[in-house]
Amino acid sequence: MAQVLPAERDLRRVIGDADGVGDREVEGLGEQELLDLFRSMVLLRTYDERSVVYHRQGRIGTYAIFWNHEAMQAGAAHALEDGDWIFPSYRESAIGLLRGMPPETVLSWWRGHPAGWWNPEDYNLASICVPIATHVPHAAGLAWGKKLKGERACAIVFFGDGATSEGSFHEGANFAAVTRAPLILFCNNNQWAISTPLEAQTRAETLADKAVGYGMPGARVDGTDVLAVYEATREAVDRARSGDGPTFVEAVTYRTAPHATADDPRAYIDQERVEEEKKRECVGRYEGYLRRAGILHDELAASIRSEAVEAMRAGIGAAEAEPPADPGLLFEHAYVDPPASFGSDLDELRRILGG
Amino acid sequence: MAELSIVEAVNDALHVELERDPSVMVVGEDVGRAGGVFRATAGLRDRFGPDRCFDSPLAEAGILGTAVGLCMAGWRPVCEMQYDAFSYPCLDQLITHVGRYRWRTGGKMQFPLVVRMPYGGGVRAPELHDDSPETYYVHTPGVKVAIPSTPADAKGILAAAIRDPDPVVVLEPKLHYRTLKGEVPEGEYVVPLGKARLVREGDDVTLVAYGSMVPVCEAAADELDASVEVLDIRSLKPLDEDALLASAAKTGRVVIVQEAPRTCGFAAELAAILAEKAILDLHGPVLRVTGYDVPYPYWQIEDAYMPSVARVVDAVGKLLEF
Repeated sequence: MAQVLPAERDLRRVIGDADGVGDREVEGLGEQELLDLFRSMVLLRTYDERSVVYHRQGRIGTYAIFWNHEAMQAGAAHALEDGDWIFPSYRESAIGLLRGMPPETVLSWWRGHPAGWWNPEDYNLASICVPIATHVPHAAGLAWGKKLKGERACAIVFFGDGATSEGSFHEGANFAAVTRAPLILFCNNNQWAISTPLEAQTRAETLADKAVGYGMPGARVDGTDVLAVYEATREAVDRARSGDGPTFVEAVTYRTAPHATADDPRAYIDQERVEEEKKRECVGRYEGYLRRAGILHDELAASIRSEAVEAMRAGIGAAEAEPPADPGLLFEHAYVDPPASFGSDLDELRRILGG
Repeated sequence: MAELSIVEAVNDALHVELERDPSVMVVGEDVGRAGGVFRATAGLRDRFGPDRCFDSPLAEAGILGTAVGLCMAGWRPVCEMQYDAFSYPCLDQLITHVGRYRWRTGGKMQFPLVVRMPYGGGVRAPELHDDSPETYYVHTPGVKVAIPSTPADAKGILAAAIRDPDPVVVLEPKLHYRTLKGEVPEGEYVVPLGKARLVREGDDVTLVAYGSMVPVCEAAADELDASVEVLDIRSLKPLDEDALLASAAKTGRVVIVQEAPRTCGFAAELAAILAEKAILDLHGPVLRVTGYDVPYPYWQIEDAYMPSVARVVDAVGKLLEF
């Protein structure tokens, strides 16, 4: 039987600036890996900030902001191998950039253009899950299915604190535990589900406590500490790969941006707390760590940032250069072998559109 | 050919398909150790092992959601929902993901999964063991739906569903699971989806049905003096529209029989197709004999709910007199 570890209460940290504790090092991360991690965070941050601008300019539609979630996404993604599968929620819409997906693909998704459809097998990255937590069973099934085939891959599924209230979260977590699926259940606990605070979501002392009920280990990390996220995820990956089943990782942060571009949090959020949290936002914290370690300097930081800005500039250009989607696409892709009615429906539509 | 019941034919199909294709697996509640509450999966666990006939946790949405992930890992899962009405929790996965995922990937990934379940009433069971939920499934884009009425079709349609590259929901008439026997071809046997079955030919009126209502229509045809054609739709999506329209053109009178409640049921869809495409062939209105728009009743009065031979005969009489 699985050994049930007591879920951790204290947040794991590696970056030591928060309360006078010194920086730690993470085993296995050399200078190159540390800088790659920074590059990923800057790319995500740039994607997010530019996307809010593009939304205001009317160049993309409604957009789910992930500012200050970059440490969780990059830290977890870097703990994986390329063959491992990622199941994102809409909050991780751009995590494919860390797997080589061009920004225009994700921007097209937010533009509602079919160029935003990708083949999950190209990146080992599932489609963005819009409804809450319903992708948790998918990730459990994929991880279990890979294990049954004797493959090495494991899977990670991202979801928020609110998702832990969903039935799908429970069914997926339990399925993964029962099948000892190589899965990491990664909860980005930003303490808000649109306007509903965590204390209205659960009476559990911590979300990681839920892991005990499934017979899996639960870890708690500081979600703005990219190295702590990396370390905890890598431990979970090692456990998964060695046949010890799933792990629940609760990464704690604070949502300092609106839920999405359509949301105005002034009605419900504590703005003073937001300003406090912004002071310790995750990209800046990690940059401080790298500078204290003598790995990052002004010139390199500037060049990493300008690379990211350039990638986004090219990305939005490419997304906007996509030709308008043909209405014929309505009838493609839902079936390998579509019903006969699709043909006559399309003929009629073309006749009417053709005027 | 062997003489099998419907549930034996289902079991036969599963044995043949799991043997034929090592990526086919069965997932469901009590399918392994118990062999299914109706014994539809009996023997599979012994033959193919506990991984390919997997006793799942009691979680219908989890079964179907996990099946989506299993497809992504290269499996062809056949999910059993223990009863019709127990499938409702899995509608979330069916609507939000199963019917959409291929489309979402621009057609790049396939989701060749099957959901099969016993359906329908008349079995003197507690509440929510009696429903006819086919409309919820047929209404969902991206999935196919079939309902066999004979042992041979139960085998052939399930085999077609398992081999189909798209998700398919198969409802099996539990009332006739054991009572209806018939000859079933041995070994590999496939009945393609999208083809109706002409049960008997006639000239005066067509009775259209599927699943558990086909035997009711056959019994009504026996009672009636008129020359009655009986058409078993058996594949609701894709639908054999040609067979429906050909029969309507031939007899000019159509009665559609469905066990599910009336409003927005599949009979309404068939009636709409006839109104759109066969209006000049018809000598009278398209009539429906269906369950009522009420919750499926306690079994002491379920016979009054079920479309009966008498109600079908009555409807045909009205139509012939029209």
